[in-house]
Amino acid sequence: MLSIVYAVLFYVATILLVVGTGMKILKYARTPAPLKIPVSPAPRTRRGVWMRMGREVLFFQSLFKSNRWIWIFGMLFHWGMLLVLLRHLRYFTQPVWWWVELIQPIGVYASFAMVLGLGGLLFRRIFVNRIRYISDPSDYLMLLLIIGIAVTGMGMKFVMPVDIVAIKVFFLGLMRFQINELPMNIGVLLHLGMVAFLMIIFPISKLIHAPGLFFAPSRTQVDNAREFRHLSAWASQLPPLPEGIPKDEKG
Amino acid sequence: MAPHDMNTGDAPKIVGDPFKMPDLECGASVDTNTYKAAPEHNEPLGFPGELLDNWQEVAIAKIGELAKKNRAFQVYLDTCVKCGACTDKCHYFLGTGDPKNMPVARQDLLRSVYRRYYTYAGKYFPWLVGARDLTREVLDEWYTYYHQCSQCRRCSVACPYGIDTAEISMAAREILDSVGVGQKYCNEIIAKLKRTGNNLGLNPKALRATLEDLEEDLEEETGLEVKLPLDVQGADILLITPSADFFAEPQIDGLLGYAKVFHAAGVSWTISSYASEAANFGMFIGSYENMREVSWRIRQAAKDLGVKRIIFGECGHAWRVGYSFLNTLAGPFDFLDQSYPIPQHILEFTMDEIDKGTLKIDKSRNDEFVMTFHDSCNVARGSSMGRKEGGQFDLPRQVIKAVCNNFHEMERDTTRENTFCCGGGGGLLTDDLMDLRIKGAKPRMTALQQVTKDHGVTHMAAICAICKSQFTKVMPKYGYEMDSILSVHQLVSNAIILDGQVDPVDED
Ligand code: SF4
Ligand code: SF4
Ligand code: SF4
Repeated sequence: MLSIVYAVLFYVATILLVVGTGMKILKYARTPAPLKIPVSPAPRTRRGVWMRMGREVLFFQSLFKSNRWIWIFGMLFHWGMLLVLLRHLRYFTQPVWWWVELIQPIGVYASFAMVLGLGGLLFRRIFVNRIRYISDPSDYLMLLLIIGIAVTGMGMKFVMPVDIVAIKVFFLGLMRFQINELPMNIGVLLHLGMVAFLMIIFPISKLIHAPGLFFAPSRTQVDNAREFRHLSAWASQLPPLPEGIPKDEKG
Repeated sequence: MAPHDMNTGDAPKIVGDPFKMPDLECGASVDTNTYKAAPEHNEPLGFPGELLDNWQEVAIAKIGELAKKNRAFQVYLDTCVKCGACTDKCHYFLGTGDPKNMPVARQDLLRSVYRRYYTYAGKYFPWLVGARDLTREVLDEWYTYYHQCSQCRRCSVACPYGIDTAEISMAAREILDSVGVGQKYCNEIIAKLKRTGNNLGLNPKALRATLEDLEEDLEEETGLEVKLPLDVQGADILLITPSADFFAEPQIDGLLGYAKVFHAAGVSWTISSYASEAANFGMFIGSYENMREVSWRIRQAAKDLGVKRIIFGECGHAWRVGYSFLNTLAGPFDFLDQSYPIPQHILEFTMDEIDKGTLKIDKSRNDEFVMTFHDSCNVARGSSMGRKEGGQFDLPRQVIKAVCNNFHEMERDTTRENTFCCGGGGGLLTDDLMDLRIKGAKPRMTALQQVTKDHGVTHMAAICAICKSQFTKVMPKYGYEMDSILSVHQLVSNAIILDGQVDPVDED
């Protein structure tokens, strides 16, 4: 019974994640940027912007310069999570890809980095006055949710091993539209339940910062306004203004 | 990061720390409010004269409209993760300690309302995501705190997602304007510009008289006929400069500097009475339409006078609009000479002349000054200059060093793209906000005091009319003479020796 519930849950969550995020991306992409507003240090070429965004995405360049503690915790969390996610590919591939096999040990330890980073961020949210001031309940809950996912996952790996083969059979089955038995283990149910919830809220919460980052005009625009005229569709429809100075307004 | 360890070891004893974190004090600057506009200030700009009866409805609809028309606004409302990296980056927060002056908190004043009406979470679980209804109190809070943001973008540089509070605060002001709650200072000035061509309301006759007076001064100083031409048909260059250059110190000395450079370079140039203003206050109120109308005058004047090039004088906000927006708002400029950048900055012109060797310069004439340079934030973070990235930082320094012997940099985290605003930008240069302006200038002033202590810096140069006016007013509060702020072209003017120049005989 619960297997069916979880199967449905994951189908729904996947659809909401993909469709919801896709719609947000489309919305951002379609919204015009009326003016050129790149912020310094702004590259003058497309290539420069790619490099800039690369440094932002891979190394959190701006954050590095603006707040070293948030940078450290943020890097630990995001890079840890990336490795953990890549490690999880083994549950969705058969045979497991060689490089996924290769990073298994790193992926396991990356979970510690991830939790450490999240813990640091939570600590700052609670104890740094300025950050506590700007935090809403959802900001704490989001951290707790991801910590919950990480800790239940680590629990299954290090404390109470579960029937991982059966879980893999369940997910491989979902990918072929068949519902197999999911091991009834509290760790498994919690972990997967929270993951599904995270997937569902991804497009409608601040988690949308991940794709949103690529649409921030301040960072993604090329600084070449003098060379190339930038004009948004709606601005080109504005009523024309007179050429030359009207006779009665001449000094 | 803040140089917290500079007070230890052999490092020079720091006077104060420009990054000193204030204690949070809720409501510390809630009573600092700028005068509201009267109907006669709002209406010429196309805004309702007074608060509309259905203001709430209109404001909410306006949020949705702006989110559809402006990607930056939409994306910035959605992507903030409340990481806090920007919280200590605003000079108004550092100066007042009011938590609502932290950039993210400032954004949240509007974001909370956006969430309530435009997001799933805010509609159904407002308490969870800090969403709130748009009430009269919220509207007043917007008015207060969106007029405590100079739109300097220092927070945007710090944010991992580039979230630019200036965009939010411009949008907020546009929303306020659209329901009839305008700011007197900005709206009155824009209305004046539409009437007369400049922010001062100076008519062509008065402008001509002012320029003639200045020509006399120049003749006294140099013994030469250095012209300040007005409305000259067929001149090569149209100079667009902030109207403060015509009447305020130290801006005037900058204007005289441009005139001398043009004279030495032997080019023909003119000022236009129709477009006798570089500053575009349409930007401060976030109104594309008003900004476009103001910019358009430059195009009209250029066409009418038949010039080949447009050069902008020293003005930060004007240069952001000139460099980044003018081509968009009033282009394409296919009727101008394409071999020069359109528009060009006076520093680009002067630097070229220095490189060509057309200017005769005696640096020792500036020996009484020990200089530093204040990067005006709209130049530093919203535009560029020259052919290379970062030209907006390098060109002014190169020019200063070409005409001065003594130059020292302020602390790196307060210059270039990290520069602190002077505290008076973004439509806040009004006497009713004096308290805020003094507090907002603190980080910059503290950094200046440091170089005064370490290197004996006596004067600071800037390339923005607003910065200059602001510093003239606030520097005395920090132990400097009001004339410790100089125009960059004032230094050029001092050092340049024109062909045939006769220095006046010292009478004492
Ligand atoms: S730095 Fe950016 S993401 Fe972080 S709190 Fe400030 S605006 Fe939000
Ligand atoms: S744009 Fe400048 S004044 Fe406005 S919040 Fe950011 S740092 Fe403060
Ligand atoms: S007045 Fe100067 S320092 Fe202040 S916001 Fe404008 S450019 Fe920046």
